[in-house]
Amino acid sequence: MAVAEQIRPTTDALLKTEAPKRPRNLGQFLRWLLLFIGGIAMVMPIVYMLSTSLKWPHEVYNLKLIPDEPTIENYTYVLEDGRFYWWFVNSLVIALITTVCNVIFDSLVGYTLCKFRFPGRYIIFIAILSTLMIPTEMLVIPWYLMSQQFGWLDTYWGIMFPGLMTAFGTFLMKQFFETVPDDFIEAARIDGLNELQIWWIVAMPLVKPALAALAIFVFLGNWTAFIWPLIVTNSVEMYTLPVGLSSFGDEADVAWELIMTGAAISTIPTLIVFLIFQRFIIRGVVMAGLKG
Amino acid sequence: MANLILRDLVKTYDKTEVLHSINLEVEDGEFVVFVGPSGCGKSTTLRMIAGLEEITSGVIEIDGRVVNNLEPKDRDIAMVFQNYAIYPHMSVRKNIGFGLRSSNAPKPEKEKRIEEVATLLGMNDLLDRKPSQLSGGQRQRVAIGRAMVRDPAVFLFDEPLSNLDAQLRTQMRLEIKKLHQRVGSTIVFVTHDQVEAMTMADRIVIMKDGHIQQVGTPAEVYHAPANIFVATFIGAPAMNMIPGRVNGGGAVTLATGGTVQLGGALPEGRDIIIGIRPEDLLPGETPGVLRGEVNVREPLGHETLIYVGTSEGDVIAKADGRTPPEIGEVVSLGAHPDNIHVFDAATGEALA
Repeated sequence: MAVAEQIRPTTDALLKTEAPKRPRNLGQFLRWLLLFIGGIAMVMPIVYMLSTSLKWPHEVYNLKLIPDEPTIENYTYVLEDGRFYWWFVNSLVIALITTVCNVIFDSLVGYTLCKFRFPGRYIIFIAILSTLMIPTEMLVIPWYLMSQQFGWLDTYWGIMFPGLMTAFGTFLMKQFFETVPDDFIEAARIDGLNELQIWWIVAMPLVKPALAALAIFVFLGNWTAFIWPLIVTNSVEMYTLPVGLSSFGDEADVAWELIMTGAAISTIPTLIVFLIFQRFIIRGVVMAGLKG
Repeated sequence: MANLILRDLVKTYDKTEVLHSINLEVEDGEFVVFVGPSGCGKSTTLRMIAGLEEITSGVIEIDGRVVNNLEPKDRDIAMVFQNYAIYPHMSVRKNIGFGLRSSNAPKPEKEKRIEEVATLLGMNDLLDRKPSQLSGGQRQRVAIGRAMVRDPAVFLFDEPLSNLDAQLRTQMRLEIKKLHQRVGSTIVFVTHDQVEAMTMADRIVIMKDGHIQQVGTPAEVYHAPANIFVATFIGAPAMNMIPGRVNGGGAVTLATGGTVQLGGALPEGRDIIIGIRPEDLLPGETPGVLRGEVNVREPLGHETLIYVGTSEGDVIAKADGRTPPEIGEVVSLGAHPDNIHVFDAATGEALA
């Protein structure tokens, strides 16, 4: 009995501390609710895309999520259409080459701006940064004129050249190279490496998370790019996936079911990239403090 | 192994001169320690020797060869950095072997060399580990191994023990000293810790504000400091400094009121500062130099530091560890004339 008496105050105290949990749970519930609504808003277009890709043309404007007569006819049509492969390959080649170039050039410039002291370094960095403020829509005219002058219209080079190096990537890499201690660079210099070797063997492995984040941003950005490839390409064979998909249909009607089918297939590489590199994407966004 | 000569070495940043005509000769196999407070130019000097900082004027010679315009890799030096600078993405084996990348030696020979260095440093079991799996002391050993593997003419150490805890620092200090005795390399070691300098060096170079204050063996800089800065910088607790004026016959009247009889011919009427190390300032010693009340006691076991309040401020003396004077007790402190250092009050230079 005495023991029970001794325990009771403790139990009462515990019960008292349980009480304030309610508001916390409510707050948590509201947070979850908001996240749920946000999640639905994000996922719905994708669900709707998949749903439409499984519909017959006459059902497209029916907003039902589950088609009355589901079909994979659209997938068969798109995959049997030779153009789709061309567009897929074009997009893949362009996205991969641009990604590799960005990883190399952005990190080279970022490294140089970060680790070398030379006159005008700060001005160059500010000049590169200031290009972030110019919207793509403004740049397409000079890009187009350049492409025309150099004969790059309707070529891979024409599609890729504006994105082979980016101000965002340079900024991201410069910030990351700041975290590489100068001692590492100097130790490598004493050990006999030249500057290019130091960049490649010592500095680059130390900024792998940033490189992965940059690669993902650049790949996804180029995979989904629309305006510039639309302007610079003329022939159907040179279209990228987004441009090609938008061309499904004719002047009288847009074949939404085919566009959605193509879009669904084109998300597969994006999904693979996301699933493999999800950790790096989150880290990259957090570290850069910017959206890719 | 090689000798190292610095001749009229000057360094300026923009228009500010930070190193003023440094002259030094380091003998083959000598262990020289640069010591001084932050900003004194010791690390800058070391980086200039390494080729990581440009030389404004002057000459650096390594093994009889002027290296002023040589790249760091061509100077035949190896450097151990304060932050170890071992590459986190490489194993211990690769880190140690990194210094051999530019060597034309065949791979088996390089492997053998890595094993030899690892054996010397007692790291054979750790060769396949990454730096993140090592303790601070082990990382420091890897950094030393990477320097050793190239068998350079001169080893440069830039405050390599600063990031270690006190116990490990003492251990590594001993290991580096043993290593030097075993391999007999020429070593230039930079530190701000005077204990490190005293315990490791064959000769100490004491620097302040870009000037060399004194070069000498640990005993020389301790027992015969060249000026007030050296006298107070070397030794812990610092030397007591008491102003005074020379009277006739070698007698000095102190600002605290006491009188000290010094040998040697000092010009009468000259303002001087006398310096007495705490261990030389003993309670009850005659002739008494100072008199005051014990304010604070710091027991260290074998001895007790006592802070004695005099009219010129606190002085520190060392008393017996078992029966130290009580707080509040008035003590008379004295020193043997041979243990009293005399400095010019105007220039701070040693007079006797």
